[in-house]
Amino acid sequence: MKSTFKNKAKFSTVFFCMTCALGISGNALADHAISNKLLLTGGVSQVEGAAGGGLTPWAVIGGYGTNNEIGANVHYTYAKTGDYKLDTYGVTVGFYDRFELSIAEQKFDVSNLRNKVSSGLGADVIGRDNITQTIIGAKVRVLGEAILDADTWVPQVAVGVQYKKNHDGDFVKSVVVGAEDDHGVDFYISATKLLLDKNVLLNSSLRFTKANQFGLLGFGGSRHDSYQPELELSAAYLISKNLAIGAEYRMKPDNLRSPANDALFGGANVVDLKEDDAFDVFVAYAPTKHVSLTAAYVNLGNIATVKAVGADYGRQEGVYLSAQFGF
Amino acid sequence: MFYKLNAESAAIIAFLLLTTSFHANAMDNASQARADTSHSPTTLGTTVLSETDTFKDFGGKEGLVRIMDDFMINLVNDPVTKPFFDNEKQSFIKAMLVEQMCEILNGGCKYTGRDMTTAHAGMKVNRAAFNALVEDFQLAMDKHNVPFSSQNKLLAKLAPMYRVIETTTGDAAPAAK
Repeated sequence: MKSTFKNKAKFSTVFFCMTCALGISGNALADHAISNKLLLTGGVSQVEGAAGGGLTPWAVIGGYGTNNEIGANVHYTYAKTGDYKLDTYGVTVGFYDRFELSIAEQKFDVSNLRNKVSSGLGADVIGRDNITQTIIGAKVRVLGEAILDADTWVPQVAVGVQYKKNHDGDFVKSVVVGAEDDHGVDFYISATKLLLDKNVLLNSSLRFTKANQFGLLGFGGSRHDSYQPELELSAAYLISKNLAIGAEYRMKPDNLRSPANDALFGGANVVDLKEDDAFDVFVAYAPTKHVSLTAAYVNLGNIATVKAVGADYGRQEGVYLSAQFGF
Repeated sequence: MFYKLNAESAAIIAFLLLTTSFHANAMDNASQARADTSHSPTTLGTTVLSETDTFKDFGGKEGLVRIMDDFMINLVNDPVTKPFFDNEKQSFIKAMLVEQMCEILNGGCKYTGRDMTTAHAGMKVNRAAFNALVEDFQLAMDKHNVPFSSQNKLLAKLAPMYRVIETTTGDAAPAAK
């Protein structure tokens, strides 16, 4: 038995800069033809597809469209921790700097755990190398102007939803994982503020969710099956118009307790699905308005550990790499 | 590692953040109300920096003159801003910008131009045009090696002016005929 995994990582980035405008090179002026928001002010694509940092959504609207324009970008993110891997790609579209729609596909590689469990138990309990999930997101900017309102503490505030559909429901709802559902909806409110004269960007989001490991392990579980508030924090320091460093912290629920522990192991925590909070330290670079690159160290804590078969996976930390291309 | 705060902690922290946010909003409105009643609208459009180190980073008034020369070149070469600046007022605008930036940077100058609302009356400035101007200004400051953090100290004074300079969310136009 055993189970599951982790995922995600990510982190973040974003930045913005207000300032940031321009890129490095002299062809910045040419960029005006298609992109009129200031460099990095749309954030980057967070792991679930919304504009934000890597791990957390921000109140900014994705893309470089201003209040009478539409902007869009595509992104690909690769995260690799000690024993798991996550690939994410998607599209984010911003409308009039007011609404944002996004879709992201995630593929969570659990083959290492699968192999250990198979050889340890002599049965392919997991039965797949990847768990996949689709996330459709929507966000609305409610008030404030994160970049330009530099003379007040009032942040830009947005509310958003993320509908998540796990395509491996038979597994995440099995006795191994014990999730209650294979789909769910997260609700969040984000506040983002650029302290321009200090080169600092701050974001705080409050998410109401039942998702286990971002939804990759389903929604709800035998420990909890109700919505819980989770706080997500980001801070970034702008080194230049196109370069920022920062850190993120994302609280996550801890809903799962594998039903297999009671059913097969007399209550011993053989399949350890305890979920930890996630954090990352990142650097983000936007050579032009069309491209932003993010690299980070990410720590997801425990995802799924089954020491009995040699899968002693307690602390999943690793690298997060993301590229975003805008139009 | 921090690992998990519990749900109650999250709710409390979030509540504090939201409360602080609304409180800040209320205080901001209050201070704006005071500003409106206690003294006439400032033509400068913002407040003066308290220190003078940033002014030095701009190369003093001479540095501002050189930066504005390049700024204007950028504005005229930029298709988004060109319609607003490709005219006979360039020398006047540059002189006014030097005065205004010099006073904001606590450089001992006095801005003698019009307030930002009046100065842009009749123009249709949208967000794209406003942002383009910011970018053109950043390029000029970069060219003259103004440190990024000093650029942002000035931009933080200028950015809120979007509230009175932007007069349309539609297409930009230099002047109502």
